[in-house]
Amino acid sequence: MPEAAPGVSIQVCVNGKLHPREVEPRKLLVEFIREDLELTGTHIGCDTTYCGACTVLMNGAAVKSCTVFAVQADGAEITTVEGLEKNGDLHPIQKAFGDCYGLQCGYCTPGLMISALQLLKDNPTPNQEQIRKAIAGNTCRCTGYQNIFKAIENAAAKLRSPSHAD
Amino acid sequence: MYPRSFSYHRASSLKDAATLLSQLGEGAKLLAGGQSLIPLMKLRFANPVHLVDLNFISGTSYIREQDGAFRFGPLTRHAEIEKSASVARVPILHDCAAGIADVQVRNRGTIGGSLAEADPSGDWATVLLTLSCEVRCAVQSTDRTLKLTEFLKDAFTTALAPDELVSEVIVKVPPENSGGAYIAFKRTAPVYPTASAAVQLTVEGDRCKDIAIALGCVGLLPIRAREGEAALRGQQITPKLIESAAEAARTAADPQSDMRGSADYKRQLVGALVKRATEAALQRARGQQVEVSHIYA
Repeated sequence: MPEAAPGVSIQVCVNGKLHPREVEPRKLLVEFIREDLELTGTHIGCDTTYCGACTVLMNGAAVKSCTVFAVQADGAEITTVEGLEKNGDLHPIQKAFGDCYGLQCGYCTPGLMISALQLLKDNPTPNQEQIRKAIAGNTCRCTGYQNIFKAIENAAAKLRSPSHAD
Repeated sequence: MYPRSFSYHRASSLKDAATLLSQLGEGAKLLAGGQSLIPLMKLRFANPVHLVDLNFISGTSYIREQDGAFRFGPLTRHAEIEKSASVARVPILHDCAAGIADVQVRNRGTIGGSLAEADPSGDWATVLLTLSCEVRCAVQSTDRTLKLTEFLKDAFTTALAPDELVSEVIVKVPPENSGGAYIAFKRTAPVYPTASAAVQLTVEGDRCKDIAIALGCVGLLPIRAREGEAALRGQQITPKLIESAAEAARTAADPQSDMRGSADYKRQLVGALVKRATEAALQRARGQQVEVSHIYA
C-alpha cells in the first residue's frame, strides 16, 4: 500500500462561489462536495457510475461526480442541487417536483433535478421520449418514474412561461 | 469508495503525456474520460501508482472532416459525436455515440479511451470494425498509424506500447449509397450491452455491393461475421438471405455465460440484432431516414 500521495491545490467554483482547497488526488468530486464543502444535497447512491444520485453540472455538462476526481474539477464551474434555489425562491424544477409529487424518499431527487436542468437548458420543449432518454442515467426506486416525467414536463412549461424571468 | 493512493500528474500536451509514461514506467495509467478506469480503481481492479490526466490538454477534443475521413481527437467525448451534424451523415457512428450508457457518461467518456481500454463489452470497436478505421498512436518522438484490426489484440489488450498513447482516430466516410446501423440489447441504459450488432453496407441498384457485420459482447474481441457477410454480398437482399446472415452470425459468435445471460441466449440474441441492424442499414443505404434505438429489456 503506497503512502498517501501529496495533496494537490485546486480551485473549484461551486454554485458561483470559489473554493480554494488542497485535496488528496484520489478524492472523488462527490466526496469533495459533501465532505470538504459540506454541501450534502448531492448524494452518493451506488458509487459505481450507475444510479446518478451524485449528478452535478461540471462546466454546464451533467456528470456523475462519483466518477470524476476532485483534482479534475480544478478551475471548473460546478452546479449542485443547492445552486438551484435563488434568494430563497425555489427553482421552477424544484417547484415542479413538489407540485407533481415527483419524489417519494427523495434520495435520487437531487441528481434527477440536475439531469432535468441540463435537459431543459439544451431543449426547452422536450417530448416524452427525450425526457426518458435524458434521465436514463438516474435510478429511482420509489416512484416508478411517471410523476418524475410529469414534473419535468411541468418544469419545462414553468420555465417557458413569460412570468419566469430567469 | 476510495481507490488506492496514486500520484497525480497533469499532462500539458500529448507529447508530455508520452514522456511521463516513459519516465514513470508501467505503474502509470492515462486518465481520459475515466468512466471505466475510475470505477475499476474504486473496486481495486486497477491500482495505478501514477495517474496521468489528459483532460487539461487543449485541442484534444475535436471532430474534423478532411480528405473523405473523419478525424476524432483522442479526448472527443461521446456526447460531442452524438451532437455532431456532420457525423450524423454516417448514421452508424451516431447510433453508437448516442447509445453509450447515459447522458452523464457520454459527457465524460472519450472515443480514444474507449478504444485504448479494449473492453470486450465496449461499443466503439464493434462499430468501427465495420468501417475503414485507423488509430494513430504516438510515443514521445514519433507516431504510427495502425489499422483498427492491428490495434486490437485481445480483451483489454491493444498494440499500444507502455509509453504509447492514442493520438487520433481516423474513420473513412463510406461511399455513396451506403448505410449502417448499430443496435445493442441492454438491461438498462448505464450497463454494458448483453450483445450488440453493427452492420454497414453499400448498395448498387437492388444488390448489396459490400457489407460488414460485427458482433459485440459475444467474444473477447468484437467478431466479424464473415460468413454472414458472404451470404449477402453481391446478392439482391431478401428476408430469407437476411435470415441466413443472422444464422451465420449466431455461429460466428463465441459468447460466455454470465449474469447478463447464458451463452446460448446471447447467440440467439445476436442473430436477432443482426437481422434488425441489416434491415435498418439497408433502408438507410436507400436514402430513407430510419431511427434506430438500442433495445432495453
